[in-house]
This record gives sequence, structure tokens and C-alpha cells, in this order.
Amino acid sequence: MAFNYDNYLRMEKMPTLWCWGCGDGVILKSFIRAIDKLGISKDDVCVVSGIGCSGRFSSYVDFNTVHTTHGRTVAYATGIKLANPDKHVICVAGDGDALAIGGNHTIHGCRRNIDITLIVINNFIYGLTNSQTSPTTPRGYWSVTMKQGNIDPTFDGCKLAEASGASFVAREKVTEPKKMEKIITAALQHRGFAYVELLSNCHINLGRKNKMASAIENLDWIDEITVSKKKYDAMSEEERMNLLPTGILKQDKEAEEYCDMYEALKEVYQGKREKITPADFKKVI
Amino acid sequence: MAREVISSGNDLAAQAAVDSGCMFFGGYPITPSSEVMHTISDLLPKVGGACIQMEDEIGGICAAIGASMSGVRAMTATSGPGMSLKAENLGLAQMAEVPLVVVDVMRGGPSTGLPTRVSQGDVAQAKNPSHGDYKSITVCAGNLEECYTETVRAFNLADRFMQPVIVLLDETIGHMHGKAILPDLEEVQAGIKPRKTFDGPAEEYRPYGVAQDEPAVLNPMFKGYRYHFTGLHHDAMGFPTEEIETCRKLIDRLFRKVDEHRDELEYNEEYMLDDADILLVGYGSASLAIKEAIHRLREEGIKAGMFRPITIWPSPEERLYELGQKFDKILSVELNQGQYLEEIQRAMGRKDIQKLTKTNGRPFSPQDIIDKVKEVF
Repeated sequence: MAFNYDNYLRMEKMPTLWCWGCGDGVILKSFIRAIDKLGISKDDVCVVSGIGCSGRFSSYVDFNTVHTTHGRTVAYATGIKLANPDKHVICVAGDGDALAIGGNHTIHGCRRNIDITLIVINNFIYGLTNSQTSPTTPRGYWSVTMKQGNIDPTFDGCKLAEASGASFVAREKVTEPKKMEKIITAALQHRGFAYVELLSNCHINLGRKNKMASAIENLDWIDEITVSKKKYDAMSEEERMNLLPTGILKQDKEAEEYCDMYEALKEVYQGKREKITPADFKKVI
Repeated sequence: MAREVISSGNDLAAQAAVDSGCMFFGGYPITPSSEVMHTISDLLPKVGGACIQMEDEIGGICAAIGASMSGVRAMTATSGPGMSLKAENLGLAQMAEVPLVVVDVMRGGPSTGLPTRVSQGDVAQAKNPSHGDYKSITVCAGNLEECYTETVRAFNLADRFMQPVIVLLDETIGHMHGKAILPDLEEVQAGIKPRKTFDGPAEEYRPYGVAQDEPAVLNPMFKGYRYHFTGLHHDAMGFPTEEIETCRKLIDRLFRKVDEHRDELEYNEEYMLDDADILLVGYGSASLAIKEAIHRLREEGIKAGMFRPITIWPSPEERLYELGQKFDKILSVELNQGQYLEEIQRAMGRKDIQKLTKTNGRPFSPQDIIDKVKEVF
């Protein structure tokens, strides 16, 4: 029997504001299937989104939902999570949201390894606001702020997350909805900061001016620039050029989670344990 | 029983927060407010709350707003440069009607200004820190005790009006160390007025569907009432909308919920005004020098008195108008170039108010005020 999404959607908000053929809806469905698979109560979930096409995600799902200012999803989520450590707090942000204006909060959410799942919908452009360059816009591509070809270097959000201390880092793409569901499920099960980058198409505001004006062409391009982690690992540096690995790129189940450590701190103050010392940590510096 | 303590203004603000049931602090260190976080970082984990030093000023207020959205009392503390950075998210808290207490310990500005020295330069900013139309509620402590009692009041006002309340301290009062008599703890706790909640069936819950002079009723998260927070114009359930009448009514309500309940907000001190010939208007630490100046002037036979707004936004405009009618000689005293003077002029409908200002990072001495009174009157 086909999966029924209605229970998790705010049906009165349908159809979504996303363009016809946009991959964000595929992500929305994968996300809902993951929550359903885990049997998490809708009341125990808080979805926090930022500004951009991805920002609308929170208003479509029937959880406790927060639509924040541009880039601040992880900062809001940190307050919600630390005040409610037993709840699931999930951020949904775009590439501009999480990697440009909100880059600092992304870095420090990863560093704290607080138990938040950050889903970054990377469509390689500022889609909602008509095609400005984002930190992931490919070089040489047209954007409305770089009409003669984008000169801005890109950066790899997964590498940033890994280097910043996230204990779960993964990338998947909208052409693989089943794999997205699996990765979101794993991220939600993981205790610690989970950075999940999901590559999506924006054939309207990236594609039209970059020779992939249909959703299919844009999706084909996403397939061309991605390769599974297993294959990627076996490649030479030269072969890896201009390719992004997909799959779970890092998972450290031993890393101390921030809310757990804060509970330990509370115990110190409440006279239930000795004060915290370097010996309490695997990694000190 | 009233409590006699030796403490500082910043420490008392932190203590007051925890006594008021605050369970979350998100902040970023900034002189001269850092001691608020130093102290509350010890107090909150003891009572099961949490204090987090975020990566920047913006993160500090966002974490605090997030915690408050989930249903707990929350606070942040900062100084002028931090207020500037927090402004956008103060706007979100105004729009989404999220209660929050923001302590701003004022230092010399603009920009980095005079980090370790006093000013009252954030008074105008406190009225409209963020873009757009909304009504700020700002209180200003004038002595050590009030660093405590005004913080307590700010938490209750934030939950009553469902919006941020700014507590203005200044460097002099924040760093002042001395004896303070605090109200009885049980009395403070008994006076806690938590935000309203809706306990009917979830399908009948309309968090923003309230009377036009009332704030939103925002239930805590994770309790079966799933709704939406947004900084966009929104409907009764909190969902984004551009519907013309809904947008008009929302902003109208953000004003009316404050304007039509000013009696719950207004709080002033009138000091030796009854027989006075000269009216001095001041607030915050400046009022301490004003009081001493009044005593010394009266020894010389010059009858001065003081009006001190404690809730400075919205301003006590009716009382100011009355005083403007009653007094001929009026001197405004503030540690800025006359930010509140503009409000006094507006409320009194007079342009002939004398002013004493100071923006070199130093507090007023009583002699400054005595000299000015003798010069202009």
C-alpha cells in the first residue's frame, strides 16, 4: 500500500509554494517516511527552518514548528534542545542559510555536538530570491549577481561540518529518495550533531540560465557531480575533482553529546558528582 | 523576610532572574554586562536550568528565544554593540510574541565606544531596536535594589504582554557593589505570573486568534498543541499569510495590547516634588546624583524635586504632560545627548526644557547638576 503522508502534513497548506518539479518536496516526503519509520510522536518533534525556499518546510509539517530569521536555525534549535533535551529538534536550512549568513551557527552547532539534526537543502543557488550566488554555486555558472560567470569559490559543507566536530555527516541527493530516507533515519537515530546535506534541483533559478532548464536536466547534472562514498574513496585526487561523495561520510558514536555533558554539569552543581576535569573527555584540545 | 545582601547590580539581575523562575540563559560575553552571565552560569544548573555561552550575540538571543518558544522563562544580557546585533531577532520575538528578558548594561557609544564606562546611550535604541512597527516595553533600574526588582517585574511583564522586555542598567549601576535590601523570596515566587495557556481541545486552539487588545496565548511545545512560529505576518494559527485584513489587524494588535494596558506598565518615582519649584527629570544611575543634588540645593533654599520614569517605554506621557503644566522650570538630566528629552518635549508639548547631558563616559556628580540648575534658573 502506498505510504499515506497526510497524517504528517498540514493539508490545508497544500499545495506547497515550491515550483513544479522542485526536489524539496521529495525531501519532505523522505523526511516524513523517516519520522514514521522511527515511530516518533509528532508532539516530540520540533522542526526549525530559516529563510529561503527551505524555510517553508516547517509550515508544511504537523509538528511543533518554528520559522526563524535568516541563518539562525541552529541557534534557535540550540535553545529549544538544551531546554528540552529529550525531544527531537531538527533544522531545515538552505545552502545560503546554513553556509553563508548562518555559517557561524552551523560551525558551532557542529563543534558542540549538540543532538540536533541539521538538514541542509543544497540547490547551489539562492532560489527563492531569484538566483544570487550562494556559497555552493559552481564557479563559472551564471547567477544574477555574477552574470558574466561566477568567480566565487565554493565550499563543501560536509567537509566544514566534519572539521567543525559534527559526529554525523552525510550527503544524499533527491534522485535517491530511498537513500535520503535511510540517511535521515540514521541521522535522527544518531545522538549528536548530524549534518545532512541533501542536493536538490532548482531548474528555475539555477537551471534556466545554466543549460539545464528542465527538472530532468538539473537532476541529471546532480547525478553527474555525485558519486558514492565507496567509489569516491577508491578514486585518485585527480578523479575526485568536481565530484561530491554521497552516503554517510562520518559517524562517531563515541563523541560526547552537549546536552549529556550539560546534565553532568548540573549534577556537579547539585552535589551529585565531582567537578568536570580533562579526564572526562576523550578529546581535550 | 526581606533579605539584606551585599552584591552588584549585574549579580542582582542574575539572582532576580533565577528567583523569578528563569530556566534558560543564552548569551555572549560583553563588557560591562558579562557578570550577569558569570553569575547565572552558576545559578541555573543548580536549579535544573541551563546557561549557554553562544558563538555570538545573535546566537545568544536566538537560543534564548528558542528556549522561550518551548515554554520556559528565558533571558539574555548584553551591552550596546550586542543590542545592535540582537536587533533583528528582537523583532522576531515582537512579531511572534515570544516573551524574553533582555538586560542591556549601557556603556559609552556609538560603536565600540567606551566599553568600560557609563552612558545612557541605548535609551532611544530600546524604543525601536528592530525595524518595523511594534511597541517596546523597557524598564530602567535606578539603584541596586531595582536591578533585582525590575528584573523580576520584567519577567512578569514579558509573560503578560508576550514580548521582549528590555531591562536597562548602566555601567555605574551594573558594577555598583553594595548593600541592597531584596524582597522576601517567597513573596517574589508567589508574585510570579506565568504566561497564559490554553487547555481546551487542540483543534480549538488559536494561539494568535485573540482579542484585539490582548497578546497571543502560546502554549509550551511538546504538549499536543502544534502550531507555528514565524517572523512573517501570520494568521490565528501562526501560519504565514498576506491576507490584507489579517496583516492590518496583526500590527494593530501588537500596538493595542500594550497601549490599552498602559496602567499595568506605568511605574514612576516622584521625589520631593510636592513643594518643588524646579523639576528635574532623570532615570537610571543619573537619578542617584539628582537626589543628592536636590538635598544640597534645598540646603541652600532652592526647592528642586525629581520625576523618574522606571518604565521608560512606553513613556508615562500623561504624567509628563501634567508635570509640564505644573512646572515652569524643568531640567532634563541624562547621560546621552538628550535621547529621552525628545520624548519629554513631545509628551509635555514644550520646547523650553533645559538639558544637562554628558557623553564622556563619566557619571554625573551632584555638583554638575547643582551648577546647571544655578546656571539656567
